[in-house]
Amino acid sequence: MHRGPRLWAAALAVYAFLYVPIAIIIAYSFNDSRLNAEWVGFTWHWYKVLLHDHDMLVAAGNSLFIALVSSLVATVLGTMAGIAIQRYNFTLLNFMVLMPVAMPEILLGVSLLLFFIQVLNLTLGMLSIVLAHITFSIGFVAVIVRARLAGLDESIFEAARDLGASPWETFRYVTFPLILPGVIAGGLMAFTLSIDDFVITFFTAGVGLSTLPLHIYSMIKIAVTPEVNAISTLLILLTLTMIALASKFTSNALLKKP
Amino acid sequence: MAQLEIRNVTRCFGDLIAVDNVSLNVEAGEFFTLLGPSGCGKTTLLRMIAGFDLPDSGQILLDGKDLANIPAEKRPIHTVFQSYALFPHMTVAENISFPLRMARRSKAEINKMLHVALEQVHLTDKASAYPHELSGGQNQRVALARGLVNRPLLLLLDEPLGALDAKLRQEMQIDLINLQREVGITFVFVTHAQVEALALSHRIAVMDQGKIVQVDEPAKLYSFPKTRFVADFIGHINQFEAQVVKPSHGHLCLAISGLGEIIAPPLEGVVAGDKGVFAIRPEQVRISAHSELTELKNHFSGVVHDLLYRGEVSLYKVKLANGAMNEALLPNSAPGRAELFEVGDTVNLGWRHDAGIFFHD
Repeated sequence: MHRGPRLWAAALAVYAFLYVPIAIIIAYSFNDSRLNAEWVGFTWHWYKVLLHDHDMLVAAGNSLFIALVSSLVATVLGTMAGIAIQRYNFTLLNFMVLMPVAMPEILLGVSLLLFFIQVLNLTLGMLSIVLAHITFSIGFVAVIVRARLAGLDESIFEAARDLGASPWETFRYVTFPLILPGVIAGGLMAFTLSIDDFVITFFTAGVGLSTLPLHIYSMIKIAVTPEVNAISTLLILLTLTMIALASKFTSNALLKKP
Repeated sequence: MAQLEIRNVTRCFGDLIAVDNVSLNVEAGEFFTLLGPSGCGKTTLLRMIAGFDLPDSGQILLDGKDLANIPAEKRPIHTVFQSYALFPHMTVAENISFPLRMARRSKAEINKMLHVALEQVHLTDKASAYPHELSGGQNQRVALARGLVNRPLLLLLDEPLGALDAKLRQEMQIDLINLQREVGITFVFVTHAQVEALALSHRIAVMDQGKIVQVDEPAKLYSFPKTRFVADFIGHINQFEAQVVKPSHGHLCLAISGLGEIIAPPLEGVVAGDKGVFAIRPEQVRISAHSELTELKNHFSGVVHDLLYRGEVSLYKVKLANGAMNEALLPNSAPGRAELFEVGDTVNLGWRHDAGIFFHD
């Protein structure tokens, strides 16, 4: 197919629209000026400020902790859900697990808030955030694990049993090694989704506890200092790494042969 | 006592009776085949023996012990699947030693048995290869070795040669026969390919619509089919609507409409006027351009309608006076194109009076 210059221009415009703002944020994190207005000179200053910003570090620590715990739990539960959906082909279960993936975040945030306060009578904080993150991550893990399972020959699980493996041994030696790329990809996905989640966290955080996205938001309400640029740059770096890792495993996970 | 006893086993899926009151005995060391068209229930029966499915009624006994409450993983029965079902993340050696590991055998024992199994299927040099690096035939042999290595009492084979090409299939058939003789394990083989069943088995059970139609040795099954279904399913057979004229000693006199009377082998319990079908194998029909077939009691003339040259044999479809098609098989044993008939030739057909078989309606 002939690719005319107009097509190239259109593609370039779209990519520019997507990536120029990110590039500017990263560039200005090294700008030796209080304002995001004009380029003055290169500096590491804002990263040093960041390192001494106690509130920011606490928020970052909270975010990492929440992402780690929620992605681990979501990986275990999502893997189980993925296997169950594939094995029993149970439509309602499929619907229930995948619903949070498709549901608008704002809706999920509000409903979780009401659920925690009115039904569970829970004090909002770390626990409520972790529970909320687990809720929306499970579906993503389940989808990836299930896709991996769907690509495998069903009879190998029967073969394992036939050759003397108990249900647990079948899982341990056959099912799990084969779905492992999907499990890892799902876990990384859950981690990424958790660490940069704003909407659902905003509703379920309560007062006194802040995560990185919440803290950045509170900072830009006053003024966008290059410190925000610096922490954004780090967040982008972390997210990119995670996505790169996840896609490496996902592309394997979606292939038929390991 | 038979090693495997199937007693009145029935299995239904909704309204469909997949296996209908089947009883079978398989002896120790036997190469036993379940043969039938797809959907006849042979695979369902195999899955019940393996333990992946349970009978609605009836019993399956192995060495006299009821298998009903023994799950698949505890049965000393292994299966070779149609798709081979090799573990893609394990090497050939790991695949084959899997049943040994599950049986908690010692390291030394595993190594020894693995070595023997690899040699049996000529795959010693492929021990560390992965299944996707091997050819279909090699994967087939890995699946066989994996099924046999832990010495099951019974090896079930579900159309294991289905995915191989014709040449390889024949080689594997010979390998299978030799391997079965070598290990002495009872094989229960499932297939819809009658040629394969005839070539491999000690005994064959022909299944149709969930029922066992006939159990016999291959040669008996081919020569003396008990029903029209068996006659038609195993190999080719010519069929004529016929009526008994006179059942006399030593032979049967039959009338075929539009052709006249023929002499057929005797059948117990028929009387004059009984209707049925006379069937005869194409290789039993002689074909000639001359009238020399008059020494045969049954002879007719016809016109060659179709001709299939198959290399070692030629198949002639001859249209008889009553419009019926009769197939005759002629070996191409003479050098060149000796005595080859062309479409449109008028020929004489004949068969011996003791050939063929009459099926009483």
